Amino acid sequence: MNNVLVYCELSEKNEIADISLELCTKGRQLASQLGCKLQAAVIGNAVKKAGESLYPYGVDEVFLADDSRLSPYRTLPHFDVLSRLIEDQQPQIVLFGASSVGRDLAPRIASYLRCGLTADCTSLEIGSHQDVKNNKTYDNILLQMRPAFGGNIIATIVCPETRPQMATVREGVMKKEVFDNNHKGTIIPLTVSESLDKADKAVEILSREIEEQKIDIKGAQIIVAGGYGMGCKENFALLHEFAHLIGGSVGATRAAVDAGFCEGERQIGQTGVTVRPKLYIACGISGAVQHRAGMEQSAKIISINTDPEAPINAIADYTIIGDVMTVIPKFMACYKKNLK
Amino acid sequence: MSFKIVVLAKQVPDTHNVGADAMNADGTVNRAALPTVFNPEDLKALEMALRVKDRMNDATVTVVTMGPPRAAEIIKDAMSRGADDGFVLSDARFAGADTLATSYALSQAIRQLGEIDLIFGGRQAIDGDTAQVGPQVAEKLEIAQITYAEELLSVDEKSITIRRRLERGTEVVKASLPVLVTVTSAGDDCRFPNAHRLLRQAKDEVRMINADSIDADLDRLGLKGSPTKVKRIENVVLAHKESMVLQPTEEALNELSATLISEHIL
Repeated sequence: MNNVLVYCELSEKNEIADISLELCTKGRQLASQLGCKLQAAVIGNAVKKAGESLYPYGVDEVFLADDSRLSPYRTLPHFDVLSRLIEDQQPQIVLFGASSVGRDLAPRIASYLRCGLTADCTSLEIGSHQDVKNNKTYDNILLQMRPAFGGNIIATIVCPETRPQMATVREGVMKKEVFDNNHKGTIIPLTVSESLDKADKAVEILSREIEEQKIDIKGAQIIVAGGYGMGCKENFALLHEFAHLIGGSVGATRAAVDAGFCEGERQIGQTGVTVRPKLYIACGISGAVQHRAGMEQSAKIISINTDPEAPINAIADYTIIGDVMTVIPKFMACYKKNLK
Repeated sequence: MSFKIVVLAKQVPDTHNVGADAMNADGTVNRAALPTVFNPEDLKALEMALRVKDRMNDATVTVVTMGPPRAAEIIKDAMSRGADDGFVLSDARFAGADTLATSYALSQAIRQLGEIDLIFGGRQAIDGDTAQVGPQVAEKLEIAQITYAEELLSVDEKSITIRRRLERGTEVVKASLPVLVTVTSAGDDCRFPNAHRLLRQAKDEVRMINADSIDADLDRLGLKGSPTKVKRIENVVLAHKESMVLQPTEEALNELSATLISEHIL
């Protein structure tokens, strides 16, 4: 049987990273639909506990590669272990996080296996595909949706002929959910030491600096986000003031980050973080599809924009037509008054 | 023996400046209506390559791109900024390539150049944002890779030391050569074109290379060599939800804030 395999990343604490748990949740759905097993590859050092922690997410088989040379992550040692595992197991689907690790490893694996890889998928489904030209139908294949071309289109990508079908997904795009607390899987240890000797030598990590995460907007209940329409870095100060008043965090679009208005950690969207706050206030944001991909699941959306036709307004619950620099102070005054 | 550096570059539609005529009625992309630019991260990669060249004796930088003949513009641009040479892989048989077929064509072209010490490229191109071609070229050439590079720390004939970006920090890695390096937007901005260089190469034709001259298996090129197929393209049409449009009057904002507070949203 060809199964669904998730490549699991490890956090700095040597636990399974959130993105990988999200992928296991998705992988479980896909495997159940296909009637196959969900497998996970956990590659690192002293990772047995991490491997076992995957069972509640519906993982049936955990392939464990345990070796000091496998942590921290380096391309070639992980490539060596994972490419062998995939050749041996022949999964039909392999999922990776669209992180600095997954986006480093997955393309190299896809190149080696000469299979297709779709980056930054926002949705994965099982479905069928008809190849009109060759009059062939493919059932139960992976339909991979992703925004493309600067986000102006959503493309559905399929890999009808090659296996495995591989995709990367950004953190926060899929939901992490326990499948069954009593679900039991098995650990399958992999023998790695010999093959690693060669792969170990090419790149050496001299030092690592992991910053305490100062900015984390992922868990924020309220987000005040600014776009290019904020005009300048100084105007972002008003967003901070506003967010502070209502107990929220400041987010931004890629355009605002690229323009240097605020830190990259605040970027929301396809190439930033995905958020689902209870309130999202979009300030001077036109609403490119990549940005919307990262926030459209917010419970309530307010758009403040001078342009009544801004695309973001179409998904907003409230649209305030006006300049953010005048609307926000007015709104803050009203809010303070109503709190009393 | 000279030190050989290759830069992978792409001419891309300027997706930050997409106009109303960017899409055809049938949902396909109207490339003709889009202005093109030197992919921004590839310019950062070029700068890193030029800095290596600055530090080495007798180093050459060759820029390689794949695309329509018009992509020669970025080769000329790169040469006016300091690259020594460059060429365009241009052939109808390359058309429709996904990242796998693209990386195969690029790697075959690089093989024709003999022994290479360093390859640089942008982390990703703004028209696809996949970040796949770099690592795939490295695999095809069976060399190591350093992705997400943001700063060149040191380089010599045998090795390179790079600071690379992780989600929550940075990592300094040292790799033996040859190695392929992909550079993020945090890399240094590329130096400006030099007027003297511009004039000198104004009349030169950029070399065009076709599929016959890279010793390629034709089945692995273009659409034929691409495992990923586009099943469907949807123009993004926003689903309108019931939206309340407010003018920013005192009264309207007052009511909105009161509603949000009463609904426990604020």
